[in-house]
Amino acid sequence: MGELGQLSVAEAAARIAAGELSAAEYFEAWQAAAAGDELNAYLWSVENAADYEVEQGPLGGIPVAVKDIFCTEGTPTTAGSRILEGYEPPYTATAVRRLDAAGARVLGKTNMDEFAMGSSNENSAYGPVLNPWDRGRVPGGSSGGSAAAVAGGLAPCAIGTDTGGSIRQPAALCGIVGLKPTYGSISRYGMIAFASSLDQCGPLTRDVTDAALLLAALQGRDPCDSTSVGIEGGIVAPSREDLKGLRFGVPAELSRDAIDAGVRASFEATLARIEALGGEIAEVSLPSAEHGISAYYVIAPAEASSNLARYDGVRYGMRRGGGGDLVEMYETTRAEGFGPEVKRRIMLGTYALSSGYYDAYYGQAQKVRTRIAEDFTTAFGAVDFVVTPTSPSVAFGLGEKTDDPLSMYLNDFFTVPMSLAGIPAISIPSGLAQPEGGGDELPVGFQIAAPAFAEQKLLEAAYALEQGIGFEQEAGSRRPWNGGSGG
Amino acid sequence: MTGELSGILEHVDRIGNLDLEGVEPTSHVVELENVLRPDEPRPSWPREAVLAPAPEPVDGAFRVPSPQAAES
Repeated sequence: MGELGQLSVAEAAARIAAGELSAAEYFEAWQAAAAGDELNAYLWSVENAADYEVEQGPLGGIPVAVKDIFCTEGTPTTAGSRILEGYEPPYTATAVRRLDAAGARVLGKTNMDEFAMGSSNENSAYGPVLNPWDRGRVPGGSSGGSAAAVAGGLAPCAIGTDTGGSIRQPAALCGIVGLKPTYGSISRYGMIAFASSLDQCGPLTRDVTDAALLLAALQGRDPCDSTSVGIEGGIVAPSREDLKGLRFGVPAELSRDAIDAGVRASFEATLARIEALGGEIAEVSLPSAEHGISAYYVIAPAEASSNLARYDGVRYGMRRGGGGDLVEMYETTRAEGFGPEVKRRIMLGTYALSSGYYDAYYGQAQKVRTRIAEDFTTAFGAVDFVVTPTSPSVAFGLGEKTDDPLSMYLNDFFTVPMSLAGIPAISIPSGLAQPEGGGDELPVGFQIAAPAFAEQKLLEAAYALEQGIGFEQEAGSRRPWNGGSGG
Repeated sequence: MTGELSGILEHVDRIGNLDLEGVEPTSHVVELENVLRPDEPRPSWPREAVLAPAPEPVDGAFRVPSPQAAES
């Protein structure tokens, strides 16, 4: 990839716009990188860029890796599921169309946990994605293909979706930036639904500036999604150099949470960095956040069980059976088309919604959701941001948690509360730490959450902190896109 | 899978003991009012485009096995 692979999206777009860099040459270089994917990050990538035309716009000439949950007209869209194998949608998701309108172009479709259900990418029907820092470890999930593609030098930037942490956690485990915007910032039209009240599209990028650049193009109201409202005033590139006058709240509950020693040390060092940049650290309380996982694993499966009813072998995707009758066809198609995690969640969801259990599970979970949102509202009365580690550990080994779904779910402990509250949160790399049990150091993510629709303020603070942390210098040649580790 | 589901439900059951009397349930986080678009005719999807991904379309329609096939 050479020198072109070192450019950030902002730098490349500026050079292309100035006529200093050929958009065709840039795209072809990334196309070749994507074609050489050894991480199983892509499920499909463009083969022919010969018809490439230079598009104008803020992302003119920028290739984007798109999570395979976004419908793209005429190209395969599987959501990581066997049941959608071979499906080519008749239309393109609004998020992808907006990137296209800004001048960007789809480079490929990235691997993911089936229907975005998972935290390790091991639930993909097309095999796990490998972490570019250590190929024996997971990249996180469910947007693991997007995170690995960016971290591994197979794409300059990517988009993914986040329902309970699916952008932030893989970004943390792969040492890149991942942003989950406020629910309603970006249209969900054409984004295959998992849990409709939680799903949100967002960027996975090398740095905060690139995240802002993508968000600026992605956000906006869409008549095709009545829950989309956009971000008032839009988004501009962040430029803040210090954190003076900003208050960062650390949940008091963190002190008793199970966090790996290396992750905790990196988190503490980042708090000191915030103070060095003029920011203030304060304690806040999120007493209901500890029930986030319980509420989430009722609400998300309940919504999923309803959303996934449409995969029945009738209108799209695969069909199995049918030698018997219609019901036999439904059953065989779903039994053979869905993987174990998806089946588990459909069963959990239908159980939680069933008569007699509805109030105890779904009704109660929705009330916990209210409490969690209220906790954040109270916290934001006293501080500008709430900060936590993104994930309690660095990337874990392939197969390490697959036998225990509950321990996999608990991995989302720090990201789920923000999803339930619908507020924006970003994960930025805060350093490297040794895994529990030893081994080479791996990236650690630092999560910053802000009030609803305060994305610009969030990006400004994340940008100033990113410069202060200097992860680029710390990671240096170990960065997979710089040829380090397994990359 | 039975054991796994029981373990998950056991964890989830913790919220069952919380006193949430009087707390309003949240089904949606952004406060929005329902709006209706103008009732103007728009072109719909071409039939061929919608049927293209279907497993076995026939005569411009989706085809499914007979609901009574087993009895016939």
